[in-house]
Amino acid sequence: MFSYVFKRLLLTLPIALGVTLVAFMLVYIAPGDPLNAVAPADAPVEVIEALKSAYGLDKPLPVQYGKWLLRAVQGDLGKSIASGREVATEVMSAVSNTLLLAGVAGFSGVLVGCVLGALAGYWHGGFIDRLATLLSVVGVSIPHYWLGLVLTIIFSTWLGWFPAMGAGPGGSAEWAFDYAHLQHLVLPALTLSVIPLGIITRTVRALVADMLEQEFVIALRARGLGNRAIFRHVAKNAAPTILAVAGLQIGYLMGGSILVETVFAWPGTGFLLNTAIFQRDIPLLQGTILVLCMFFVALNLLVDILQPLIDPRMERA
Amino acid sequence: MPSRSFWFVVLRQLRQDPVAMTAALVLLVIIGAAIFAPWLAPADPYKASMLERLLPVGSPGHWLGTDELGRDMLTRLMYGGRLSLLMGVVPVLAAFLAGTSIGLFAGYVGGRINMVIMRMLDVFYAFPSVLLAVAVAGALGPGMSNSLIALTLVFVPQVVRIAESVTTQVRRLEYIEAARMSGSSVFSIIRVHVLGNVLGPVFVYATGLLSVSMILGSGLSFLGLGVKPPEPEWGLMLNTLRSAIFRNPLVAALPGALIFFTSIAFNLLADGVRSAMDVRR
Repeated sequence: MFSYVFKRLLLTLPIALGVTLVAFMLVYIAPGDPLNAVAPADAPVEVIEALKSAYGLDKPLPVQYGKWLLRAVQGDLGKSIASGREVATEVMSAVSNTLLLAGVAGFSGVLVGCVLGALAGYWHGGFIDRLATLLSVVGVSIPHYWLGLVLTIIFSTWLGWFPAMGAGPGGSAEWAFDYAHLQHLVLPALTLSVIPLGIITRTVRALVADMLEQEFVIALRARGLGNRAIFRHVAKNAAPTILAVAGLQIGYLMGGSILVETVFAWPGTGFLLNTAIFQRDIPLLQGTILVLCMFFVALNLLVDILQPLIDPRMERA
Repeated sequence: MPSRSFWFVVLRQLRQDPVAMTAALVLLVIIGAAIFAPWLAPADPYKASMLERLLPVGSPGHWLGTDELGRDMLTRLMYGGRLSLLMGVVPVLAAFLAGTSIGLFAGYVGGRINMVIMRMLDVFYAFPSVLLAVAVAGALGPGMSNSLIALTLVFVPQVVRIAESVTTQVRRLEYIEAARMSGSSVFSIIRVHVLGNVLGPVFVYATGLLSVSMILGSGLSFLGLGVKPPEPEWGLMLNTLRSAIFRNPLVAALPGALIFFTSIAFNLLADGVRSAMDVRR
């Protein structure tokens, strides 16, 4: 097991490094000089030169990347050009809001998807099966930012059950576990949970339907085991695949969160990215992308490590 | 029995699939409305009217109401399909061409070059697609062409992966070996013997990407990263109408409903194509 984890870590490292490279290069695909955001266009040459050396932009690219990476590893993502504050501080508070939202949405989406998929697989061809099929097509086809809008119209404008915007009363950006904050969480989490719901339902349905036909299940039934015991066996066999799909989907959900957060004015990374893009604040853009991607890479690693814990055969693969 | 081409059989299968045919019909109507918008639309998509702002659905003269600047919604939705559909089709087409070429190359060359290319593309897999699209479009700056580039970049690695894996499998087969020994050039081996195997799976995958591309593309416009106002585009319209959800929720939800219908039709048609292409079995 230890060597397996080590091998996975080794495989992840180059990918993580590649992600940092892409994030770093974002500055250079941006049109214009990165200095344009700090220096006026008509600044004297000496000022520009001084700024260039202050930001380290006079060094060759690999050196700049090396220095940037070294600082990033130590948690220093530079200063936001627009606000002058530390990027790391801004990103961390936004990321925690995004992760909370993504966590709740991912958990409920995967859970409901599993239950629905299992029921649909069990009653293959029945009413729930058709409902699940419909739901999985709708789930992958619906623009989730629009779904957010529709839910706002129904539950905020018409019914008045939940607030339409923000993470807490009075534009509170900090999360707290009280009734008002929970109320703010419902609609954005519900919207986001649809992203994994469709695919998870489809996957679990196919897995369960396929597995119930297999000989080991027939053998279990022949031995007189009840549904509950058979469920345990099927669940254990299906778990690694579900875990892999769920890991990917929760990653997509983190990405999709950017759009949904905009709909609900949720103070997370989506909001931060928006600010960064429209104020041409490249360090902030870089930092946010980097941190989010690292969470995604870590999530995939976690899935890779968890899988053989459930199914030891995978360790050898 | 006369010989029939593979695509002929696929098309015949597809015609017997009621769900796929309904989806195709819906798409035909939406695409037709977009293409012929200048002749069909009842009004000018840019003509604003301060007196007729946010009229509800069913108003006389404005069947689907008006937007926040008093422009006719039906007209703008018809025109909006042009850019939204373009956002769905162009990146997929570009990724289809670029991805298949890269995948064929990597798969056919094999060895170390293949490994370098594939490991480089693995990095892009570490980005959730929305995030990659937003990052690239955000860094390049808002605009339609930049969004198209960003979306293409999101899809290319996925297409490469499929094209490469099929090519690698096929390359080792004996008939390729035979073709090489009988003196076929590399180019003609790829064109005649490899491409035929690769196109099918890539085509199926690409049809599934159409809806993703449209949702993402309209999403970029929704964020203000894509099409710029006053151009009509569904994602952008959804964004500018957001302030109207309290006054006129139905009108505000309309552009998104069209994205949804188009994308579900794309998906159902793609499902149909996939099972129709399974005839070889």
